[in-house]
Amino acid sequence: MKILVCIKQVPDTTEIRIDPVTKTLIREGVPSIMNPDDKGGLELALRFKDKFGAEVTVITMGPPQADLILREAFAMGADRAILLTDRKFAGADTLATSNALAGAARTLDWDLIITGRQAIDGDTAQVGPEMAEHLNIPQISYVAGLDYDGKTFTVKKQTEEGHQILQFEGKGLLTVLAPAFKSRYMSIGGIVDAYDKEVEVWGADKVDLDESKLGLKGSPTKVVKSFAKELKQPGVIHEVDAEQAVELIISKLKEKHII
Amino acid sequence: MDNAQYRNVFVFAEQRDGVVQSVALELIGKARDLAVDLGEKVFAVLLGKGIAASAKKLVEYGADTVIVVDHDNLKDYVTEQYTQAMYQVAVEYKPSIMLFGATTIGRDLAPRVAARLGTGLTADCTKLEISEDTKEFQMTRPAFGGNLMATIMCPDHRPQMSTVRPGVMQKCTPDASRKGEIINFAPKFDSSKFSVKLVKTEKEEKGSVDISEAKILVSGGRGVGCVAGFDKLRELAAVIGGEVSSSRAMVDAGNMPHDRQVGQTGKTVRPDVYFALGISGAIQHLAGMEESECIIAVNKDKFAPIFAVADLGIVSDLNTVIPLLTERLKKEMAK
Ligand SMILES: Cc1cc2nc3c(=O)[nH]c(=O)nc-3n(C[C@H](O)[C@H](O)[C@H](O)COP(=O)(O)OP(=O)(O)OC[C@H]3O[C@@H](n4cnc5c(N)ncnc54)[C@H](O)[C@@H]3O)c2cc1C
Ligand SMILES: Cc1cc2nc3c(=O)[nH]c(=O)nc-3n(C[C@H](O)[C@H](O)[C@H](O)COP(=O)(O)OP(=O)(O)OC[C@H]3O[C@@H](n4cnc5c(N)ncnc54)[C@H](O)[C@@H]3O)c2cc1C
Repeated sequence: MKILVCIKQVPDTTEIRIDPVTKTLIREGVPSIMNPDDKGGLELALRFKDKFGAEVTVITMGPPQADLILREAFAMGADRAILLTDRKFAGADTLATSNALAGAARTLDWDLIITGRQAIDGDTAQVGPEMAEHLNIPQISYVAGLDYDGKTFTVKKQTEEGHQILQFEGKGLLTVLAPAFKSRYMSIGGIVDAYDKEVEVWGADKVDLDESKLGLKGSPTKVVKSFAKELKQPGVIHEVDAEQAVELIISKLKEKHII
Repeated sequence: MDNAQYRNVFVFAEQRDGVVQSVALELIGKARDLAVDLGEKVFAVLLGKGIAASAKKLVEYGADTVIVVDHDNLKDYVTEQYTQAMYQVAVEYKPSIMLFGATTIGRDLAPRVAARLGTGLTADCTKLEISEDTKEFQMTRPAFGGNLMATIMCPDHRPQMSTVRPGVMQKCTPDASRKGEIINFAPKFDSSKFSVKLVKTEKEEKGSVDISEAKILVSGGRGVGCVAGFDKLRELAAVIGGEVSSSRAMVDAGNMPHDRQVGQTGKTVRPDVYFALGISGAIQHLAGMEESECIIAVNKDKFAPIFAVADLGIVSDLNTVIPLLTERLKKEMAK
């Protein structure tokens, strides 16, 4: 079995702050990490490697620095790594991103594709399903469990109410939830080897897709404006004792016609 | 692409086990505003098996037309079956805008439909509006874990698609006398692509209420402390006719079930009154409650960020304020 895992390098959004003056993201000093759900996806693939001898290829589209997460994937146990990097990929929305990844997938041999459910920066959860559509294969999202009997995949999908069990045969794409697949650590030997292994660097010419579908040109959505979230005008803050506090709350509730 | 051919605001009217989901009604409410601004109509698209009776409800909440696709293939949600139906509706009726709830169903279906149509999709929008001057559709959404807001447009492709989280938009007041048109649509299914089989659905026990529906929420954080602290909040909630919710810290500590968590990884709520008691106001928490009509915060730290969004901020110890408030409210309510 051959598994292709899509991984994205993201800023650790829990560390992000907004510059109070310029109202823009402060990116300096914010560590770049492998997107958490993708790490879960890689873990799932590696469990299939341990169990069924699956061959695991990781792929990312991003700037040259994204090499780092591919090395991390090697250190965890991935067999092959591909970095899609080219000016022509830049400015992609989810449709263009999914087109680029699908275009690369078309030139590769795989049985199963795994993506994360959601990247913590763009936060859309759209790339996986869109990629499956371009490749004309089924997708199952919110995956929290996977079994394989040599022929049929049995998938546990998480929903608001609980979960569903779904089955399919043949090729497919899964979008995976990190908490369901707690990832292994990089092995010491793995870390050493990771830098000896070759990351294949691909430009747009290696991807099976018309250039008009890549990058900014291939993106139907445009970010026209971005801004730090405006907090609403705060009300008054009162440092008072409990009795006065109760009076203030009661009069607020009356003002709002709650009581 | 000739954008002028594409007209009207479409809503995917999500139903589960035949029950129209609240988010569908919220989206119809929003679609009404958009349609009025554009001089267009609101269409609801209802897919399922034996669901035609719900069409009337969609009209009462503001749909002008309901497109019903009633078919055995659509009894339960499965991606490909629903994608084929939605795709064909879009091709046939050429909507200008198409909205989906950002649920596990909507977030699975919308990108698949968008990619099949070759159009753009904006995720998890918190604001949708038509610009006054140019009449363009503007979609605003949080990204980077809620730290940044982005306004996104889809200028050259139709339909313009977005998903919206439950609880963000507001329903219209239902009007039983509203009249609407009901169209039955029969798509041509290609069953050779139905490769995924739903084996079973397992539901987990849930709390009694959906906090995103509550008008009054009494929400507690780490400052409330233990389970006994939450009993006091429950008492307060009972007196004032509200429900109890909480921050993630209390869910992680096992004091509250996850379905009562407010915030980025919990629910988005918009009650008339939100009591934030012993909640610091982390950005991920604010993301789920700052649109509340009135926020009353009690915190002993006057620098707590929750005060930045509070309509009324009280710097005090909640252990003394809450019991007193409960007693006082009992008297007020008895009046
Ligand atoms: C503020 C802001 C808002 C945006 N809003 C939208 C929007 O509403 N709609 C839209 O279409 N685009 C939007 N974009 C663009 C979008 O973030 C990029 O297209 C991004 O490359 C992919 O989207 P995502 O981060 O949401 O990934 P998701 O769709 O959340 O990612 C899901 C999975 O796909 C895989 N994946 C995603 N990207 C890559 C990659 N580069 N390499 C390898 N695997 C990958 C990973 O496995 C990941 O877990 C926005 C960008 C910004 C900056
Ligand atoms: C990816 C991600 C997603 C997240 N999603 C969510 C989410 O959906 N929802 C969410 O809530 N959080 C979420 N969080 C966690 C969030 O960052 C905060 O950690 C959490 O909200 C803190 O909960 P808290 O306010 O209850 O606790 P704390 O931050 O510990 O605040 C407790 C407050 O109680 C006050 N206090 C203590 N004792 C008293 C007293 N006697 N009287 C009055 N005040 C008192 C303190 O002054 C303090 O302000 C998320 C975090 C991450 C990284």
